[in-house]
Amino acid sequence: MKNSPYIPSTDLDQKEMLQTIGAKTFKDLLNDVPKKMLFPALELKEALSEQELVEFFELMANNNFASKSISSFMGGGAYNHYIPSTVKSMIQRGEFLTSYTPYQPEASQGTLQVGFEFQSMIAQLFDMEVCNAGMYDGPTALAEAALMACRIKRNNTVVIHSSIPEKSLEVIKAYSKWQDIELINYDDMSNDESSEYGCLLVQSPNQYGEIEDVEKLADEIHSKNGLIVQHTYPISLGLLKPPGQLSVDIATAEGQPLGVPVSFGGPFIGLLTCKKEYIRQLPGRIIGQTVDKNNKVSYALTLQTREQHIRRESATSNICTSTQLIGLMVAVYLATMGPNGIKSVAETSYHRAHYFASELDKIDDFKLVSKNFFNEFVIETKIDVSKINKVLLKNNIEGGIDISDKDSNKIMFAVTELNSPEIIRKTIDILGEKID
Amino acid sequence: MINKEQTLLMNQSKKGRKAINLPSIGVPETSLPDSKFLRKDIELPEVAQLDLIRYFTNLSSLNYSIDTNFYPLGSCTMKYNPKINEQISAIKGFASSHPNQSDENIQGNLEIMYDLQNELGEITGLPAVSLAPLAGAQGEYAGLLIAREYHNHNNQKNRNIALIPDSAHGTNPASASMAGLDAVTIKTTNEGDIDLEDLKNKVNENVCVLMLTLPSTLGLFEPNILEITKIIHDNGGLVYADGANLNALLGITKFGELGIDICHSNLHKTFSTPHGGGGPGSGPVMVAKFLEKYLPYPHIKKDGGKFIQYKPEFSVGRLNGFYGSFGILVRAYAYIRSLGAEGLREISENAIINANYIQERLKEHYELTSSRRCMHETVLSASKQKEDGVKAIDIAKKLLDEGFHAPTMYFPLIVEEALMIEPTESESKETIDKFITAMIKISELSKTNPDEITNAPLNLPVERLDEAQAARNPVLAWEKK
Repeated sequence: MKNSPYIPSTDLDQKEMLQTIGAKTFKDLLNDVPKKMLFPALELKEALSEQELVEFFELMANNNFASKSISSFMGGGAYNHYIPSTVKSMIQRGEFLTSYTPYQPEASQGTLQVGFEFQSMIAQLFDMEVCNAGMYDGPTALAEAALMACRIKRNNTVVIHSSIPEKSLEVIKAYSKWQDIELINYDDMSNDESSEYGCLLVQSPNQYGEIEDVEKLADEIHSKNGLIVQHTYPISLGLLKPPGQLSVDIATAEGQPLGVPVSFGGPFIGLLTCKKEYIRQLPGRIIGQTVDKNNKVSYALTLQTREQHIRRESATSNICTSTQLIGLMVAVYLATMGPNGIKSVAETSYHRAHYFASELDKIDDFKLVSKNFFNEFVIETKIDVSKINKVLLKNNIEGGIDISDKDSNKIMFAVTELNSPEIIRKTIDILGEKID
Repeated sequence: MINKEQTLLMNQSKKGRKAINLPSIGVPETSLPDSKFLRKDIELPEVAQLDLIRYFTNLSSLNYSIDTNFYPLGSCTMKYNPKINEQISAIKGFASSHPNQSDENIQGNLEIMYDLQNELGEITGLPAVSLAPLAGAQGEYAGLLIAREYHNHNNQKNRNIALIPDSAHGTNPASASMAGLDAVTIKTTNEGDIDLEDLKNKVNENVCVLMLTLPSTLGLFEPNILEITKIIHDNGGLVYADGANLNALLGITKFGELGIDICHSNLHKTFSTPHGGGGPGSGPVMVAKFLEKYLPYPHIKKDGGKFIQYKPEFSVGRLNGFYGSFGILVRAYAYIRSLGAEGLREISENAIINANYIQERLKEHYELTSSRRCMHETVLSASKQKEDGVKAIDIAKKLLDEGFHAPTMYFPLIVEEALMIEPTESESKETIDKFITAMIKISELSKTNPDEITNAPLNLPVERLDEAQAARNPVLAWEKK
């Protein structure tokens, strides 16, 4: 009897197969493995039945605050937005979930056409000409965009604007460390007209939720022969001018807000878009439209000569995933929302955030420091931020992110359409009481 | 079977249709930002909910998948993806868990990650584990960063060479190049084993790491593994094992005991998490104890009764926004916990028997690359069939017509007309026998009626594509007619 419900071979099947092979025992198939190292003991936890497995993981999940959370004001790179039933039902289809990378296009038209829809809708949302099929996550997409810009400009100096959050900067460092790339701060950029740079990285809305003047920064770096790379929050593009209308050359984003659960930070999807002229330097999978023998419209992976399986050490990147399943979620999300839905989510998030912020500002111990923000803002306070969050947690509300520095206590809140007016008012009431 | 063209959403779109109702703003409105920051219009499809569901459902039916077809795609380990793991990863306490939450409120997540680190460490014999890498390729990159940082820290910055066998996956040299290493190719024998003489000639004081796939990409266990690791270590280098083929080694042998210092594992292969049509993956990196201090962060440890995240002393840095592909980690840990040590060993046992059975039954019909016993996959060559005008790609397309996904074709590069077949442990003898029958039929057809093969596929939603046109004149997004 087998220990695994996932293996169909019976003892008899095994015996018959070994007989055909001409081996007496399984061990006879392992002659190349050093004898002393064969069949080591594996000291692992005991196996659980399916029922026990569910019980065990339920127990683990209950050790997370999220199991009892009724609303969350936490952002900082991962955002809670409503996930429509259409998204949840489509990702359960095994034909999408359990297929492989579409190397055999004739047997993968479903995955490929979804990918083409994804590229189309992201390109439209960003108003950029070209989008690839997906990267790992937002920060890695930004890091790859920086490397891409350096290759295009043959200039290895990357200028980092203060709008870029620390975590993204850390990823950029890990990606560029051994590639002779110099990272400099925007404030250290030379005013000398002859100085040139590879690119300028800017995030808008920025790491504290404020809207940056990207167009002005684009002009500035273009005058120094560099590219402008904008990292953005895709929901904001329902309200704010998209990168394609801000003279942006390469635009990236964390795709998670578009129908993907926060799921403790992954799996997410990185969005990477650019002007068409830069396509040969774009990393990752790209899906293109073509025809079959009978001239029928069909889809295939394309421009593969950029990629590792063909170009090996000269590839644009080592990446070989497009995070396709998350791309499916994003595609179904955008198709479900349509132009009016995405606008509604953006506007609701904006107005509820501004209402929440202005009401908090009225409370004695709180001072709103953000001005021109989208849906995330910073409050300065004399109260210890951990105390604020503790009070909210007691009410099953997930508070904000502690961004205190040596000068003052600061808390950053993100508001979306999932924070109902009732929850917002309740939270204001709770924080209006004395906290100690 | 739906076989008609599915109209792109933008071509179905009509103003006034919608697929969802959303809440109203519900609070007093604030003035909008300056008009120079505001968007005018967005072009996205407007479709009704049923049309949307029908569209995506019909598209799904155009795919081959594990849930519908045998998928003997070599090196990809297309095994069954248990349904319970999907259900578990969707539990609210995981799915709504925010990655910026503080440690005391995410103890469940951290405990799962800590336990998974330990289990993967035990399975591979390399006890220090980082779950951060988001895919196999990022795991490779992490491993190389660790090797570089280690040498750097030991004042051997000069070590800038990665030795890579000519049979390696393309990601190996691509990752080496991202890590600023020069990829130097090591010859392999006809059977894909490392050419020891070539290795000895090329090893020197500038070698950072040898990247080795074990079992090799020919599906064979490297017989000289102990000598190879010794040669590299004697020269002060490290040995990296690409764990793409780990499905052959569970409970069979441990990387750590063979002298390997660093490896990665593709959880979407060996540990059953779904491929999703090309991701999300997850590629944890496992290292020997002496390399623990270089692991990426955040890394999880147990301190008293609490689980905490920390940054190892000489960490190579942060590889992504948060903790890695957490939803995938949960699925993989659920898989490991549902099988235990015995269940895991059975995986490799059955995967290896199945592959050898296919190899044995097809060896009279297709050229074998080696007469040795294979591990979890076998590499055949269509060189005999090529003489009749039938190439590996034709056989692959004909198999699609027969209801089987194609094997991996033209890889490894060192084998002419390669067909790499990996049945995994998931398939029954009956399914495998049907596949073998189809392969034999195709081989015979190649002699009697090769056109029937070279015209394939005829039973799929589309026939062979003009892939050259897709690259020559790229259409990469919907365009207004």
